[in-house]
Amino acid sequence: MKSLLAALALTTALTLPGIAMARPVTLTTTLNNYGGDGAYLALYVTDASGAYMGSLWMAGTKSKYYEHLTDWYRATGGDTAQVNGITGASVGAGRTLEITLDLADALFDAGYTLHVDAAVEDMRDSPNEVAVPLTTAGVGTAVAGRRYVASFAYDM
Amino acid sequence: MIRALHRWPGLLALALITVLTLSGAALSVFPAAERLAAPQAVTGLTVAVLAERIQAAYPGVEQIRRAPSGRITAYWFDQDAPGGAVVDPATGQGVASADPNQTQRWLTNLHRSLFLGDGGRIAMAVGATAMLILSLSGTMLVARRAGGWRHWFAPLRGPLAGRLHVEIARIAVFGLVLSSATALWMTASTFDFLPSGGAAPASAAEVSGETGVALVMMPTLGDTLVADLRELSFPYPGDATDVFTLKTDRGTGHLDQGTGALLSWSDLTGWEHVSETIYMLHTGQGAATLGLVLGLMALGVPMMGGTGVLIWLAGRRGRPRIRGNEAAGRAETILLVGSEGGSTWGFAATLHAALTEAGQMVHAAPMSAFTSDGYARARRIIVLAATYGDGDAPASANGFLDRLTNLGRAPVAALAVLGFGDRSFPAYCAFAKAVSEAARAKGWPEFMPLYTIDRQSPQDFARWGRALGDVLGIDLDLAHQPVLPKTETLALISRRDYGAEVQAPTAILRFALPKATLWQRLRGAGFARFTAGDLIGILPEGSPVPRLYSLASAHRDGFVEIVVKRHPGGLASGQLTALEPGDTVTAFLRRNPGFQPGQGRAPLILIGAGTGIGPLAGFVRGNTRHRPIHLFFGMRHPHSDFLYGEKMPAWQDEGHLARLVTAVSRGERQHYVQDALRGEAAEVVRLIRDGARVMVCGGRDMAAGVADALAEILAPTGLTPAALKAEGRYVEDVY
Repeated sequence: MKSLLAALALTTALTLPGIAMARPVTLTTTLNNYGGDGAYLALYVTDASGAYMGSLWMAGTKSKYYEHLTDWYRATGGDTAQVNGITGASVGAGRTLEITLDLADALFDAGYTLHVDAAVEDMRDSPNEVAVPLTTAGVGTAVAGRRYVASFAYDM
Repeated sequence: MIRALHRWPGLLALALITVLTLSGAALSVFPAAERLAAPQAVTGLTVAVLAERIQAAYPGVEQIRRAPSGRITAYWFDQDAPGGAVVDPATGQGVASADPNQTQRWLTNLHRSLFLGDGGRIAMAVGATAMLILSLSGTMLVARRAGGWRHWFAPLRGPLAGRLHVEIARIAVFGLVLSSATALWMTASTFDFLPSGGAAPASAAEVSGETGVALVMMPTLGDTLVADLRELSFPYPGDATDVFTLKTDRGTGHLDQGTGALLSWSDLTGWEHVSETIYMLHTGQGAATLGLVLGLMALGVPMMGGTGVLIWLAGRRGRPRIRGNEAAGRAETILLVGSEGGSTWGFAATLHAALTEAGQMVHAAPMSAFTSDGYARARRIIVLAATYGDGDAPASANGFLDRLTNLGRAPVAALAVLGFGDRSFPAYCAFAKAVSEAARAKGWPEFMPLYTIDRQSPQDFARWGRALGDVLGIDLDLAHQPVLPKTETLALISRRDYGAEVQAPTAILRFALPKATLWQRLRGAGFARFTAGDLIGILPEGSPVPRLYSLASAHRDGFVEIVVKRHPGGLASGQLTALEPGDTVTAFLRRNPGFQPGQGRAPLILIGAGTGIGPLAGFVRGNTRHRPIHLFFGMRHPHSDFLYGEKMPAWQDEGHLARLVTAVSRGERQHYVQDALRGEAAEVVRLIRDGARVMVCGGRDMAAGVADALAEILAPTGLTPAALKAEGRYVEDVY
């Protein structure tokens, strides 16, 4: 169980005009026992048109592997500045990553989508492993990922 | 200096390097196994055809990867369930699981991080650094030991551990340098110390918005051979903005899923090519044979670790600890030591201690470490030199004379040479004399004339010390008691007597093997391991000076045997030849690696007279591999001093001895062993042409006579005993 706090993570990446209110949100990602090394996970947000808005967390510290988080890599051009200060260890099979951060109120119910890209060494890349719309109704609802994520949920 | 750079990284990182190399060697097998097991694509197969086949088998395919081994893996989604398999490119059907091999994964994690994450990666990088330092310093040591780079593969002499160490090293070092250097590159890349160098992926902005082009209609896929493929990613179903992504050996491109057009392409940068080549050289992925070769070379490392520790232990045993050794650059007095067995080091240690006591700054080092410019403050250099064999440099003085001869000018610090030797040998202190002469030829000033110490005489040494003290203006009292090796008590089992009738009373004495402790057995110390031709030092009662005899048996014979002739008035020989079964003597073992038959199938010509038969008989007895041995033996009378005469017929029957030629010196016609050689001249020439090795044991006059006779016999062939000696094919053990 990892509990991480990245309070100001999104202040630069996701500053929207006229927004002052933010609240702490806990993102919980539990991996299944896929039988491989620790997974790299990129958590990021896109807007209604699918355009990249900003990163929330990067699990995995070796930037040379980021290209396997294909969607995130293509969206950011592999720019490590996007995850500067919000990077942690990769997540082992069957383990849970829990991060708490302040997310702007305006991100909810406004068409934004939270994505998780996943990659494991010598196993398939899984871009868009999880894609959940950010809505107040969806709070606390666990969804399963495509290959590595057993469940993902955000709570306030 | 180089030696220290080799020893300490080796000893400190031994465990780490052993894990690294064993896991690396095990991992080297996988790329080759994968190459053999993976179904390979036929030459000329295009990515379009392959992708079509796979899509037909797995409609939900989203990625196809090709490993450097040629193995093709496909990943797909089938009704929201992810799947993956190794596919046969001929059919597109899955043939094996795509899951990573758990053993390989475990080994990989051990190899690169000891399962300890980044800390483990750093530890392993330290191991790789140690490996690189060891390889480079070892390379220089081998070159120095062999006498230059041109002699890199020259035959080796000396104790087994040292020979094995160098034998493995000079082959494996190429792979080890490659593996450790590439390992460090990869670690640096992992920790972002190197630029990634990859071009940012071109954004595929302008897509047609259409979907559904057939794979075979995409020209880029039709032009790309499977052999060049690395990865093909399919667009998300239902996402018209997504594209095909193609990675090949040349670069990365995006393809429109509606038109099949190539939307963008970026070539691999030069830097990426370098990184990938290094990855390939390290892992063997894409170069399976090289990987296997590197793995094999890595397997040599644990062997070198073991032999290296043995060499280090042997060196420590043979060399006393010198306390408070000053750095070379700060010392006023430099002691350079040329020692074979370590006894000269004992004298050096005594001198070092006495000079230090008198307030001097003293640095002691082996002669092989001599440099022209490392002694900034030195005012005098004292060389303590033993002699090996017939005037050769002892082990710790390798290369000294060459380096001295090649000096531009002589060192400023004045020189004194102290020689150690045995006056009963004609080459008495020959190496020390050679050093002194070479120094004089260089114009190196001597502050004391050459002085020699006979048979480790403490009196000689003390006398020289007083003379040195006079020169230095200090009171120097050198009281050195040579440290004897640890002695054992040997009990006589049996004796066989010969030669009384011909005034040469001689006995073959057989002693029981002393019990070795477990630690001795593990290290092969003392009598726990010896072979015929090694020496036994007997301490006679009433004298602290040991007498050396050649051993006529090996450890595996289960006894210690020597041949002793009683000399009139001889202290040791008198006591030994008077022993009765049950009586004991005090003795120690000294190795004699210079007088061994060695490995190989080449014939052996053994030549001996009198008690010189001892080690030769030992070689014959141990010749279970039936190497052709031709023994020439000189005696006085066959009915009196035919040593081992009763054993010879059995040895011949068992194939241990190919031929026995005897010479009898008392009788109607005086016949010596050298005469016997001349009588067999044609046979001797034939054997030597076949690569035979000549070993001579016995008295000095006999050895000289044998050398003359051989020179005569070999003259027509253009060979000389000296040339054979230089090749290590003519060795003597004379007394």
